[in-house]
Amino acid sequence: MSDRESSVDCPRAAGPDNHWLTRPGTIRLLWIVSSVILALTVLAQFAIKIKGYFVVDGWLGFGAVFGFLCCAAMVLVAKVLGVALKRPEDYYDD
Amino acid sequence: MIDGVIPPAFVLLAGAALIGLTRGHVRTAVLFAAPLAALWAVWQIPDGVVVTAQFLGYEIQPVEGSPVRRLFATIFSLMAATGGLYAFRQAKWYELAAGYAYAASAVGVSFAGDLITLFLYWELMAIFSTVVVWCGGTPEARAAGIRYAIMHLLGGVILKVGIEGVVVHTGSVEVQPLLAANFDTWMILIGILINAAAPPVSAWLADAYPSSSPTGSVFLSAFTTKSAVLALILLFPGEPVLIWVGLYMIFYGIIYALLENDARRILAYSIVNQVGFMVVAVGIGTELAINGAAAHAFAHIVYKALLFMSAGVVIYRTGMTRCSDLGGLFRTMPLTMVCGVIGALAISSFPLTSGFTTKTLISVAAEQQGLATVYFLLAAASAGVFLHAGIKFPWFVFFQKDSGLRPKDAPWNMGAAMVFFAFLCIFLGVYPQPLWALLPYPMEYSAYEPGKVLFYLQLLLFSGLAFFLFLPLMKRTLTISLDMDWFWRVVLFRLGNAVLNLGVALREAMEATVERVQQGPGARLVQLLDSSGALGRTWQIGTTALWIAVLLTVYVFLYYID
Repeated sequence: MSDRESSVDCPRAAGPDNHWLTRPGTIRLLWIVSSVILALTVLAQFAIKIKGYFVVDGWLGFGAVFGFLCCAAMVLVAKVLGVALKRPEDYYDD
Repeated sequence: MIDGVIPPAFVLLAGAALIGLTRGHVRTAVLFAAPLAALWAVWQIPDGVVVTAQFLGYEIQPVEGSPVRRLFATIFSLMAATGGLYAFRQAKWYELAAGYAYAASAVGVSFAGDLITLFLYWELMAIFSTVVVWCGGTPEARAAGIRYAIMHLLGGVILKVGIEGVVVHTGSVEVQPLLAANFDTWMILIGILINAAAPPVSAWLADAYPSSSPTGSVFLSAFTTKSAVLALILLFPGEPVLIWVGLYMIFYGIIYALLENDARRILAYSIVNQVGFMVVAVGIGTELAINGAAAHAFAHIVYKALLFMSAGVVIYRTGMTRCSDLGGLFRTMPLTMVCGVIGALAISSFPLTSGFTTKTLISVAAEQQGLATVYFLLAAASAGVFLHAGIKFPWFVFFQKDSGLRPKDAPWNMGAAMVFFAFLCIFLGVYPQPLWALLPYPMEYSAYEPGKVLFYLQLLLFSGLAFFLFLPLMKRTLTISLDMDWFWRVVLFRLGNAVLNLGVALREAMEATVERVQQGPGARLVQLLDSSGALGRTWQIGTTALWIAVLLTVYVFLYYID
């Protein structure tokens, strides 16, 4: 099912659209709201105790930092591995 | 003997056969009735061996009930019913029949009380799932189906070797906890792990599933790997090597999904990732961990099928599957988008979804055993799941850029199936008690301790932040990623070609030699033996008689001098 030329006749947009969700103002608002929520999840730790099963996981903002750094590491590892592993889509065709 | 108990696998197999024999509304009725009847039959199976039979001199137990067996059989039947609803107006009848037979085999594995029955259903699963892959109908699907069949038949042979060894050396065909301590049990373990898409053969999954039809991949996502998880629970609970195998699968799935451009292949890699969590849990092996593996398998089948359903609708409506071709579909496919997002949140174990209530069981089991490394790797993996499946899949398919595509939303039956599974994802996230009641061991577990919820919210939301900050590094490329299967698809292939070429060269050299011999000494020999040659021509009877007389004289002479 990976044919580029598909047999399905899918309707297409007549022209560029200006959906409210894609407007720069909305996106800026989304970033602001998200940042506030992110900050709140860390600050909430002053009110709600996170039980540290292995000491460090009870530290302030450990989940946040750990999650962020792990994802950063995984993206970078994937990027580096991609250099060695990525091949054109028709690599196996012949 | 069968004492009023109907083997649930037979019910579903009969349904699969009837799909081929009926038409129109009757076929639709069969499609809905068969899995529901199977579900009913599943719940008639009491604990313990209920059906025994003689097979090749062995006492086999085709149906044995236990809570964990019923749990898996329940979700397999439920999956067949919902998959049937999703597919019945779009899929070919033979794909539906193969899908149902495939589900039936998985149900059969669930209740297999002995290794022989387990093996028979295991092979049936391989055969019918191959047919489902082939129903993709494209040349890629044909080729991928053949590779898939080779891998699973090979896995079956390895499993068979192990089973025969165990039967010969212990005299027992029972399905019971084993230890990977000798050749026989290792063969069984390897045979099962091949179906679980464990390393080094994980590639079969992302190779085969995405080449099936949009409806076929929904069936494929559910049965093979999860029946392998059940087999591990029944045969190898607490086998320490599984912890590391599972952890490898978890991170393999994340990294390859991050590199991938094909929407369904992203989901395929994340199956390996999620099955990795279950394999780790079986490796930990405590009652809580086994509960976690079983509960997570149940929840996973639902949200993974939901994700494949939402991807399937997109492919069905647009004919496209690459992230680089898709994007912006939220405009015209709100239902498919919302269901896809719910599935994505559930797979990411977001609070209030089924993934949260079930996956945290596995983390808690690791923590209770004091496995700090495993615990933190599982936490890192949860962040990684949100990254590669939770955000990446919906983002690239439904948002990112405007691809200009304005497809219609899901057909009603596909939509209904998605809504049902989306509902289950949230229902089991908010109220997991019905699922807890099905688990093999009783437990006191509160998923929603405020501290734990906050920890996961931090972990996941900051993973989300990482996704959007690193988005430029994740630009989609029109590429595939090499995997271990490169060794057999390229190296082994070239090696085979080289051997073939060597054979051709040898044959040519031999033919040349034969020709030389034929033209030299051979030609003279031919002359001698020819119909006109000294030895080949017809002799007169007198000459023959003379020769016989000479030979007899020589014989008599030799007889006397002895």
